[in-house]
Amino acid sequence: MKMQLKKTLSILLLGGLIAAPALKVQAGIAGYWGAIYHEDIEERIPGPEAGDYAGLPINDDARLRGDTWQSGLLNVPEHQCKPHPATYGFRGIGSLRITEEIDPVSQQVIAFHTYIEWMEQKRTIWMDGRPHPSDASPHTWGGFSTGHFEGNTLVVHTSHLKAGWIRRNGIALSDQATLDEYFFLGIDGTVLTHVSMVSDPIYLTEPFVRTNGFEWLAAAEVSSYPCRPAIELDREFGYIPHWMINSDDAREGSLGFSGRWEIPLEAARGGAHTAQPQYIDVVR
Amino acid sequence: MINKFTLNWISVSGFFHKFITSCLLLVVFIGPVFAQADLSDVEVRSYHVQGNVWLLQGAGGNVTVQIGDEGVLVVDTQFAETAPKILEEIRRLAPGKVIRYVLNTHAHSDHIGGNQIIKNAGLSFFAGGEAEETFGTGAEVIAHENAMLTMATSDPEVPFELWPTEVFIGDQYDFVFNKEAVLLFYNGRAHTNGDLVIFFRKSDVISAGDVYSTLGYPFIDESNFGHINGIIDALNTIIRIAVPVQNQEGGTMIISGHGRLADEADVVEYRDMITIIRDRVQYLIGQGMGLDEILEIRPSRDYDGRYATGNSSVAFITAIYNGLNE
Repeated sequence: MKMQLKKTLSILLLGGLIAAPALKVQAGIAGYWGAIYHEDIEERIPGPEAGDYAGLPINDDARLRGDTWQSGLLNVPEHQCKPHPATYGFRGIGSLRITEEIDPVSQQVIAFHTYIEWMEQKRTIWMDGRPHPSDASPHTWGGFSTGHFEGNTLVVHTSHLKAGWIRRNGIALSDQATLDEYFFLGIDGTVLTHVSMVSDPIYLTEPFVRTNGFEWLAAAEVSSYPCRPAIELDREFGYIPHWMINSDDAREGSLGFSGRWEIPLEAARGGAHTAQPQYIDVVR
Repeated sequence: MINKFTLNWISVSGFFHKFITSCLLLVVFIGPVFAQADLSDVEVRSYHVQGNVWLLQGAGGNVTVQIGDEGVLVVDTQFAETAPKILEEIRRLAPGKVIRYVLNTHAHSDHIGGNQIIKNAGLSFFAGGEAEETFGTGAEVIAHENAMLTMATSDPEVPFELWPTEVFIGDQYDFVFNKEAVLLFYNGRAHTNGDLVIFFRKSDVISAGDVYSTLGYPFIDESNFGHINGIIDALNTIIRIAVPVQNQEGGTMIISGHGRLADEADVVEYRDMITIIRDRVQYLIGQGMGLDEILEIRPSRDYDGRYATGNSSVAFITAIYNGLNE
């Protein structure tokens, strides 16, 4: 009898241990999360070099957008307060806060709200099964997101995004882009892995897949980040900085990048094949 | 034969669902036989933008409707064939209210075709007075003088019943309706030479007309004196007026001539694109290149995937080139 009880308790305990992460995932995705920057830190913190398109599944149209992009565009008042779009925000800097919105009657999760401090990047992930808006609806930086759980993984689909970027050197995304994401917790619930897959029929040849890591923060605070544009340079209203098509300036980005790092120009120009692990042999 | 009337239709193509587009393209190539486009299945849908303003979509240009205690104001009227459905939707949104004004952003047939039907369903504030002899019955129809001149000189001619009853010259015209200032801005030669950008100040909504489309490049109607620089000026006017709530989002909402609702950041993206392409063409002209050489370079190619429909990038670059070479 004693042995039987012991066995039953062991099974219950084991079952509890296995079940625990599942329960934690459902309730535990909310909270404060600090970004782990070990992946692609050069791109994420100091920022990418001009003309570095390596590893991006882009087409020639995207390359030309990047080649002719000038960082001076960011001085234009209408551009100064743009936040990262949802297709980039989780890749950027700053802590992530996830809060739940609960239906007071059913106690079901209606939505998750995410907030990243830099430029107050806000998103809502609707969990109540509502449809995506019509084609006539406006597009936003966060887009319109709906989510559901598949096992312990939060699966999110986002549409209605504004035209944005996937790398901060002018590699553009169109407003036709969509985003599919997977959020899942590590076994102890202290590490959140975010997988994003960006699709864009205009500038990408295939979905662009990235992972981002976050670690749970027991105590954290997020500040507000108000932004008001101001004229920083005396320019004519409507002046748009850009390198001219077919100019040496437009070519210099990738040429300079490949020269400085002694890698083939083809690698700097990117493309889906440059994201393959075996492509490193070509680079070497 | 492609003439002014048929060219007007080019700005429409790419907006309808596929079968409508096919019908209209057929019209473009066989001539101005308007009745051959079957619009009977078109559904009209309405979307509340904000404040007193609604967006109605069916076939042709977007329709903006302002509703308040004093009645209804309608910006653009699509086609005669779809106007009854527009009217039906207005009556559903504003039961018992009288249509007092129709504003036309420009003279193209996909924006004025329903003028007579919408006008006749309304009543101007002059109705019943001596002024009725001048203005006639029905809602007042307001446009820029150049839009009326376009209608008056069009071949084939635009029926007199579609013409505005009130026109203005100069770069601005404004009045108050439904306790809201309504400002009409004229930016010179743009999509045509009679385009208006209309601002509903209290609702904080701009009706842009065809200087802004989320569906494609703007159509520069050269036969009606359109010019690339006026389109850029008009977009900059919109950007000057618009104020986002936060982080370049929300706040002033913009109803495009064709396509979806937008805010300032969307117009900025569009303005940047058009300015960059204009600058490229200007640069290539400065390099001594002719139109054929410039078309060979395809100076809009990084935007064509998003904004070109059919051969529209060639027409767009050609119109830019012609305008800059005047």
